[in-house]
Amino acid sequence: MNPQPVTITFDGRPLTATAGQSVGAALASQGITAWRSTRKGGKPRGLFCGIGVCFDCLVTVDGETNQRACLVEVCEGMEVEGS
Amino acid sequence: MSVTVDVAVVGAGPAGLAAAVAAAEAGARVAVVDAGNQPGGQFWRHAPETVRPEPDGHGHHGWSTYLDLRARFDAAQRAGRITYLPGLQVWMAEPGFTLHTTAAVAPAGAVPVAVTADRLVLCPGGYDRQLPVPGWDLPGVMAAGGIQAFIKANGALPGKRFIIAGTGPFLLPVAAGIAEAGGEVLAVLESSSPSAWLPHLRAASGVPGKALEGAEYAAVFARHRIPYRTRSIVTEVLGSGRAEGVRTARVDADGRARPGTGRVYADVDVVGFGWGFTPQLELPVSLGVDTRLDADGSLVGVVDERQQSSVPGVYLAGEVTGVGGAALAVLEGLAAGAAAARPDSGVPVKQPAAIVRHRRFAQAMHQAHPVPAAWQDWLTPDTTVCRCEEVTAGDITEAREELGARDVRSLKSFTRAGMGWCQGRVCGFAAACLGAGPGEAPDAGSLAASAKRPLAAPVGIGELAALD
Ligand SMILES: Cc1cc2nc3c(=O)[nH]c(=O)nc-3n(C[C@H](O)[C@H](O)[C@H](O)COP(=O)(O)OP(=O)(O)OC[C@H]3O[C@@H](n4cnc5c(N)ncnc54)[C@H](O)[C@@H]3O)c2cc1C
Ligand code: FES
Repeated sequence: MNPQPVTITFDGRPLTATAGQSVGAALASQGITAWRSTRKGGKPRGLFCGIGVCFDCLVTVDGETNQRACLVEVCEGMEVEGS
Repeated sequence: MSVTVDVAVVGAGPAGLAAAVAAAEAGARVAVVDAGNQPGGQFWRHAPETVRPEPDGHGHHGWSTYLDLRARFDAAQRAGRITYLPGLQVWMAEPGFTLHTTAAVAPAGAVPVAVTADRLVLCPGGYDRQLPVPGWDLPGVMAAGGIQAFIKANGALPGKRFIIAGTGPFLLPVAAGIAEAGGEVLAVLESSSPSAWLPHLRAASGVPGKALEGAEYAAVFARHRIPYRTRSIVTEVLGSGRAEGVRTARVDADGRARPGTGRVYADVDVVGFGWGFTPQLELPVSLGVDTRLDADGSLVGVVDERQQSSVPGVYLAGEVTGVGGAALAVLEGLAAGAAAARPDSGVPVKQPAAIVRHRRFAQAMHQAHPVPAAWQDWLTPDTTVCRCEEVTAGDITEAREELGARDVRSLKSFTRAGMGWCQGRVCGFAAACLGAGPGEAPDAGSLAASAKRPLAAPVGIGELAALD
């Protein structure tokens, strides 16, 4: 059984992901490696620890700020924004 | 919502699963709180069962052990002996004992449950230990375990061309996993030397399964032609805006780069670093359990032959008693669960021989793969150490030299290192080394200060206010 494709949006643009994937994996599979800038240096950040420990991967999911992209599972229509 | 049980288990990885099963089968009422959405922890992480209901164990070791534990776990749940609380993170453990939880992922919205229990078995595992190096904060640099977790959970790769670097046998399954999933591993750079194992062969022969596992990885390395370079490190991650390559060097026994051995790997997507693991000690430390330094320099919880800590009723199993791999975590979980179910049997117990053998093997592994003594030499003053608060090596050296900040707590207050979102989980070990000074390793006190976190997970103000 192949998992279903789902469509999410990232900063307003539609993006195809696979059901069961994390938001971080969905972005990385599309070659998007960074989606956040640091407060002080404005440096780009994406996935680092991959397991919810480092908080480098924070995104806004359906309006909920500071969510870990490596932990949140994609679902149809999910709106993801970088920060 | 609240639940009252005999034994509460934190974590549903190899140790937690085993502990829950053993406690339930010994007659206890058990609750299991785990941040993950399904059992497995780091080692047996697999794609969501909601999407792939029948995981085939591809790319996993000890999968039959998992299936056995999982069947017993599910049976105990059906029989009402185990209350399974997934998707929840314990952010505070109160003596006596009460566990306060919060949803691990807010959008998924698991409802927080307060768990009251007579005994606790804490099995929170650990995470990759990191040593900063110039450029390690570029996107595309990941924890080696994070790459492995990505593959296991998503069945996909975070990039195409990989460099894996650090030390320890764990680099092998990471590289093998990447290659088997179709990625290209340009090289595995191991800072230690192969001869470092020679004095430890006796300890290794006590755990024959490990040799077999090693042989499997050797076969994968040969099949995919993965170069394994010992006494080698990444000295710098190159790229602007993202990782694009690495500069590497050969090192001496202390980890000092040897002049003239520099080399560049270009067209790299992902750089994975792993310097062993750091056990997740905030819950045990918050309850006041005695700790010690393990052979790998990590702070771990002290346990007796029943896996009980210095705090009566608090049992520890898995990585928190010393990093030693999943097989040992299962053995410890079984022992801890059984003991927590029948705490005062009065009969002296002997530690299972298999635990002793695996522990000995783990110690040998740590001694053969030390954090290089001279690693601080790799840093430049502007190398980021604390990724959250963007504190550099120069900031920390200055606080040490000018302000006398030598321990993690003073470094925190002078530089903000370890004050950000991750609460020093990523930089804690490195900052403690830097505070101790060049060539020094941090003592237990400094690491204990770094593991002291008032909240084991970020919580909303509402949850804090709800506490009496
Ligand atoms: C990212 C990563 C990948 C790894 N991959 C491999 C591999 O491929 N091969 C290998 O040999 N070894 C691997 N290891 C090492 C291996 O995971 C451990 O040896 C083994 O999993 C230890 O088992 P454990 O039960 O102690 O901990 P874990 O498996 O880490 O399980 C701990 C569980 O506790 C949960 N938890 C932690 N804190 C809390 C809390 N406060 N509240 C609620 N739940 C909590 C975690 O979410 C997790 O589910 C990996 C380690 C990491 C960190
Ligand atoms: S990658 Fe570290 S928290 Fe998500």
